[in-house]
Amino acid sequence: MTKTRQDLAWQELEIGATLITPGNSCEYKSGDWRSIRPVVDNKKCVRCGTCYIFCPDAAIHETEEGFFEADLYYCKGCGICANECPTQAIEMVEEEE
Amino acid sequence: MEIVESTNVYAYKLITKKDYFAPGHRACQGCAEALAVRLVAKALGRNVIVASATGCMEIISSPMPFTSWRVPWIHVAFENAAAVASGAEAGMKVLMRKGRVPKRKITFLAMAGDGGTSDIGVQALSGALERGHDFIYICYDNEAYMNTGIQRSSSTPYGASTTTSPAGKVIPGQITWKKNMPEIAVAHNIPYVATACPSYPIDLVEKVNKAARVKGPAYIHILSVCPTGWRLAPELSIRAGRLAVETGVFPLYEVEYGRYRFTEEYLKIQGRFRHLSEEMIDTIQKRVVEEYEKLEKKIKMTEGD
Amino acid sequence: MGKRIGLEVSLSAAEAVKMANVDCIAAYPITPQTHIVEHLSELVNDGELDAEFIPVESEHSAMSVSAGASAVGARAFTCTSSQGLSLMNEIVHIVASMRLPVVMILANRSMSGPISIWNDHTDVMSIRDCGWIQVFANNGQEVFDHVLFGYKVAESQGVMLPLIINIDGFILTHVIEPIEFWEKEQVEQYLPDFEPIHTLHPDRPVTMGGVGMPYVFSEAKVAQDEPLKQSKSVIISAWKELGDIVGRYYSPIETYRSGDAETLFITQGSYGETVSLVVDELRDEGKSVGLVMDRLWRPFPFDEFREATGQTRNLIIIDRAISYGGQGGPLAIDIRSALYKEKNQPNITNFICGLAGRDVTIDDFKNIYHKAMQKVKKHPREEDFEYYGVRGK
Repeated sequence: MTKTRQDLAWQELEIGATLITPGNSCEYKSGDWRSIRPVVDNKKCVRCGTCYIFCPDAAIHETEEGFFEADLYYCKGCGICANECPTQAIEMVEEEE
Repeated sequence: MEIVESTNVYAYKLITKKDYFAPGHRACQGCAEALAVRLVAKALGRNVIVASATGCMEIISSPMPFTSWRVPWIHVAFENAAAVASGAEAGMKVLMRKGRVPKRKITFLAMAGDGGTSDIGVQALSGALERGHDFIYICYDNEAYMNTGIQRSSSTPYGASTTTSPAGKVIPGQITWKKNMPEIAVAHNIPYVATACPSYPIDLVEKVNKAARVKGPAYIHILSVCPTGWRLAPELSIRAGRLAVETGVFPLYEVEYGRYRFTEEYLKIQGRFRHLSEEMIDTIQKRVVEEYEKLEKKIKMTEGD
Repeated sequence: MGKRIGLEVSLSAAEAVKMANVDCIAAYPITPQTHIVEHLSELVNDGELDAEFIPVESEHSAMSVSAGASAVGARAFTCTSSQGLSLMNEIVHIVASMRLPVVMILANRSMSGPISIWNDHTDVMSIRDCGWIQVFANNGQEVFDHVLFGYKVAESQGVMLPLIINIDGFILTHVIEPIEFWEKEQVEQYLPDFEPIHTLHPDRPVTMGGVGMPYVFSEAKVAQDEPLKQSKSVIISAWKELGDIVGRYYSPIETYRSGDAETLFITQGSYGETVSLVVDELRDEGKSVGLVMDRLWRPFPFDEFREATGQTRNLIIIDRAISYGGQGGPLAIDIRSALYKEKNQPNITNFICGLAGRDVTIDDFKNIYHKAMQKVKKHPREEDFEYYGVRGK
């Protein structure tokens, strides 16, 4: 895990404050921003991958069965996937408190 | 303009599943610019060195100690992405020549927003294009200074209300027309210039791949819808990009060594056209342009009906 | 011993860059720096130096290209003057924070306006706090030696900071001096290949130049300043090693007839050699005068100054730059601050002179000495300064 913001002493920074763990932003839970979340109806899904390719947050992945599901750790709930789905298989539903 | 995506939705599965632009970045909900970056990163793969200008994409992808980049990436300042990429490209070239770094193909990518490209970075870009560095420059055009709070740039379209071109009682928003940045790139006589939009992911990926294959400078201008700055619901950002292209507001085209053409991917992807010679493609291209111009004239003639 | 030839200092500087086997040279022409880059482009185009010469469209891009080149692990060189330095200012600061060991020759020239092409130190003083190691060269030989020294220090593992070699425009850049070249073997012995710690390469992806949010910015700054302060020991040992190889020994400050002197001149850059002649003449007249020349400007050699000036009654500090609205020139301000806690504080007089290449002759320096002595008699503790030789004062 990357050291959190409060922990880093100046001596622990890499030279030039270079970041040496590629892609460690995946530790950051951007899913906390979400107020609505996508729910996929696999009966309607034609497994085209439209939702996957248009997700700005790389938060949709293909399951072993070839369906697609959102990774709620990252999904910000923008609704692009539901809006672009050619078979309207995705519905955005309110997050419950 | 007919675009490939409508012909085969399953084509999306052909694009690599690997993401070199990692999730957990801090872009706004529905940011089509982040999507464009994700697609460009997919297209270029791991053998790339990226020089980024200051701007939305820099801020959202590199808040220390986190980075969304799985490829080597450097940010120095706002107006100099093209110059930093020039230095990286030249430096790597000489290191490989001197045998200090093993020889291999590495793509150099400079990226900036419309402010970092058509305003403050235009000089560094022009210099790098003129010097002929072997690199790709991508302008992610969201049509204003979104990172600083939606101020107008020279790429903001006529009529748009921004925080420095507000729709006032006397002046109705932006009163200048969008600077034609791709044309400025073309004027440098570089091998490849293209426009793209993440609403057409396969077209975008193809163009980035083509730019990477080109020897010398390549310029791609990507319309990147910004739901925050465009006052648009986040789920509509892909649709808005599509509309910009379909209505001709933002035409997709390529200029190879000064030769203009609408995107030929439409023909390329279909087996029934695969046999066509360059001449036949040119004939079709010419006809498409003629028909398009005729259509434009008809639209003009019937305006106000 | 290397061959000794008469050569314009700018050309010899370029020859030293060639000896350092620099990989990437990015520069934009500005007087009085031009002869250096002209000669470098000749060396590259004649195949004498295997490097990329990038004729950028501005100094801003010169420093940006150098940053990009250094970040992939190439040895980068650039040089500029005054307005060019101002234009690249933004990137000068960033290169230091990114710890990219670029070496730059600054052919010192006054800052506009009014526009002037002639020599003073207003350019370098405008970036005093940019985080680079900064040295002054007093003559052509020092310029040559310090190019090789520059890369050795800048690229040291514990340092990894960019370095500026200040050389007085025209006074040094455009004069012919006898220069002793190094032998190839001496360079190989002294200057190892550049071994960067992190570079941009697909096999080891790193992110350089991320966003410093408030919770990490101060830590990043301390992580930058500490190695600059600590670089002094590397600098001193690099000078020692240089001396052992070529027989010329350098130090953060140079002293001349200063040991018993009641009054010390303090100079930076090529004025040191002129003032040493003044010291001789004043000594002949029976005056107890010496000279301290500052070679290392950043990190500032506080201890060396305290030691050299501790027993002195009067200091005459010659500045060639202005701190507008401040207490005299930048050199005087730092020296005052260095001596603040000393028990026997000397009287400090400060003269700003030689702006934009106005001649300051031996007689002028003598005149400065007499003025200083009068000032000290009248107001021993007055921390004033004077623009020397300005009409109307």
